Amino acid sequence: MEIRFAGYGGQGIILMGNIAAKAAVLYDGKNAVYTPSYGPEARGGAASSNVIIASEEIDYPYVTSIDILVAMSQLGYENNAPLLKDDGLLIIDSDLVRLKNGAGKVAKIQSTRLAEQLGKRIVANIVMLGFFTAVTKVVSYEAMKKAVLETVPAKYKELNEKALEIGYREGEKWQE
Amino acid sequence: MEINATQHPMDKYLRADRIPHIWCPGCGLGIVLNAFLHAIEELKIDLDKLAVVSGIGCTGRIAGYINTDSYHTTHGRAIPFATGLKLANPEMKVVVISGDGDLFAIGGNHFIHAARRNIDITVIGVNNYNYGMTGGQLGPTTPLGARTTTTPYGNIEHPFNLCHVAHAAGAVYVARWTVLHAVRLKNSIKEALNKKGFSFIEVIAACPTTFGRRNKMPDALDEMRFYREHSVIKHGIDPAEANIEMGKEIVVGKFVDIEKPTFNDAVEELKRKVKKK
Amino acid sequence: MKNKGEVKFWNGSIAIAEGAIAAGCRFFAGYPITPASDIAEYMALRLPQEDGVFIQMEDEIASIAALIGASWGGAKAMTSTSGPGFSLMQENIGLAAATETPLVIAEVQRAGPSTGMPTLVGQGDVMQARWGSHGEYETIVISPSSPQESFDLIIRAFNLAELYRVPVIFLTDECVAHMYERVVVPPKEEIEVVERLKPNVPPEEYMPFKPINDIAPMATAGMGYRVHVTGLTHNEKGYPMTTSPEVQEWMVRHICDKIRRNEPKIRDIEEYRMEDAEIAIVAFGITARAAKAAVKMARRHGIKAGLIRLKTIWPFPEPYFDNIADSVKKILVAEINYGQVKLEVERSVHGKTSVELIPKFGGEPHKPFEIYEKIKEVKNGN
Repeated sequence: MEIRFAGYGGQGIILMGNIAAKAAVLYDGKNAVYTPSYGPEARGGAASSNVIIASEEIDYPYVTSIDILVAMSQLGYENNAPLLKDDGLLIIDSDLVRLKNGAGKVAKIQSTRLAEQLGKRIVANIVMLGFFTAVTKVVSYEAMKKAVLETVPAKYKELNEKALEIGYREGEKWQE
Repeated sequence: MEINATQHPMDKYLRADRIPHIWCPGCGLGIVLNAFLHAIEELKIDLDKLAVVSGIGCTGRIAGYINTDSYHTTHGRAIPFATGLKLANPEMKVVVISGDGDLFAIGGNHFIHAARRNIDITVIGVNNYNYGMTGGQLGPTTPLGARTTTTPYGNIEHPFNLCHVAHAAGAVYVARWTVLHAVRLKNSIKEALNKKGFSFIEVIAACPTTFGRRNKMPDALDEMRFYREHSVIKHGIDPAEANIEMGKEIVVGKFVDIEKPTFNDAVEELKRKVKKK
Repeated sequence: MKNKGEVKFWNGSIAIAEGAIAAGCRFFAGYPITPASDIAEYMALRLPQEDGVFIQMEDEIASIAALIGASWGGAKAMTSTSGPGFSLMQENIGLAAATETPLVIAEVQRAGPSTGMPTLVGQGDVMQARWGSHGEYETIVISPSSPQESFDLIIRAFNLAELYRVPVIFLTDECVAHMYERVVVPPKEEIEVVERLKPNVPPEEYMPFKPINDIAPMATAGMGYRVHVTGLTHNEKGYPMTTSPEVQEWMVRHICDKIRRNEPKIRDIEEYRMEDAEIAIVAFGITARAAKAAVKMARRHGIKAGLIRLKTIWPFPEPYFDNIADSVKKILVAEINYGQVKLEVERSVHGKTSVELIPKFGGEPHKPFEIYEKIKEVKNGN
């Protein structure tokens, strides 16, 4: 399962990949590899992080064709949609991404708006991770929650837990 | 009293099987070595807990003659080597003895940073105004106008004032002597060895073979005579005012003697703080 | 997959730092450089907790000099760097080799030459790791392909450094250093840690550079042996002998042969599907992962391909390749450079089989299909 999180610098895109892969490895006992994108594009501008999750051994650690694309910016969507498999799943923040010709499976959430309603726009990525968890089921909710709580600073644990839950509830409503 | 002619009282401090040394007749390094050995004798320093580190050059060979753990490193890198040794083994008293070119040209960056960090080592910098071992080329301390093999028309570069550099970089002890001041030099080395932190002594030393003979002092005695006639002791003077110029007075003395926590102290403090958490 | 131990989610850099600490490293000196700074940053965090010393030096020359000093001070010492910094270290790597000083250099390869591509992968420092300093000497060079191996093999790097009194270069790359994966950390008591041999004779009998079974026991500062250590050509006593061709020959033979003679013990190669392979891919570091995927593709298409993964690159396993050349028809070497390991493989097979390069020039790793395409081409050409 090849997953790419794409957006712009400052949205916590890099962290999303880290948390998702950590959840799979540490709490679901799966194999996963996470590769952040380095280079000038990591400073502002476009950002992406990549995760491969598998039950068997992972040889090549980089994404070659995408099973799940999580796009949190228009550029992130446009740059990566061509790599999405025909039966792949596209997950977008519908306030930030306008779909072009709308083919394939799409799951939409207003993650940034929901985060703003929580009072912290910064947790939009965690809202999105909750949504991602419910929609894709590639990692369990429990694992994802543990990975989030292990990663974020102590004083923001409660906020992030809530953000994850809100996203997850939205995801549960989603139907193909 | 019976005198044993085959045994010199200082033999125990030397690797006797390494003598004769490589230095030229009239070289000032013998006096520096002598002053250093007398200093460690008078301080009763445990030779097993003393390490001498040097770089490359005539002075760089000093380490090999002293009967302690001794390290003859690459050109310019004695100070970072000594830094690693001292940090890994704080029980050791670590002394760097090297020349002006080694410490201040190729190794100049290491000197200022070790002084800045206040690494707990003593640096004895022997300044003979040129690169002796390689045949008398221009060094970072060659006075303006002096002739060397790479300044055949006279030096057109401004030299470093080593004590000023040491002071500006943060050394806690800074002194300068010539090899004529053998006893004062020995006393200064004792003070520096007892000092916690980065201590620096500049020793102006004769190099008749490659420097003296190109600069109207072909005999070591000429240089010693020059030191006697031109040295002025000014303790406590701002080292900035102690530049060295051809034919002018040489200001010597102890210029700096202050207290400051060392890098080792800071490391220990940090470990305590981190472990408490 | 290893299961026994604590499961961590680490990247290659963290795994190197934690592995080093597990191996007993208590001294780190380094200078910031992309993409190796993560290791220094992590050591700065961890070493004070382990009663160790971290120091950020003024440059890479100072860093390696401090390592040599620390090693003679009795510590296990490491630095981390990348291409440009590794170039600066070369003179003192020669000092470490000549003075038989155990230490470990973690080199996170980026694409060169010169400043090159600071944030992106390369594998162009293979020859430099072996031949970078002047004169004749040997080093040991290790290459990991995953964070797990970064942990396991850095411990081996320290052990080999201590065992053979030699600088060991841990030649990783930007990709392996930055990728996060499962790392299983075995219980402390199950980690084999080697300590350098110390002298057990009285000081007057001690010869600091006289080998006993290839290696001389090492007396570090303060042990009372009053050793003289020099980068000049020296005899068994450590004394400079700068005009004796006989001592020069003895010293060079010793520092080279102690490694060459032990090549079969140092050798660390993983074979995959080599049992009946007609086409062998040779790869190391990140490239080996693409190569393994390519071998699987080839096997699915009925092509008998196999992978030879080098976990140690130097000393080069020449007898191994001489032997393998008898059983394969073709060897392909995939590496992110213009043919460095390829040259060594070619030399080692003595013309018995043909060797071809699948190069990348830096900035990105091979993709599995690129290697697979080459396998197919070779197969069809046969």
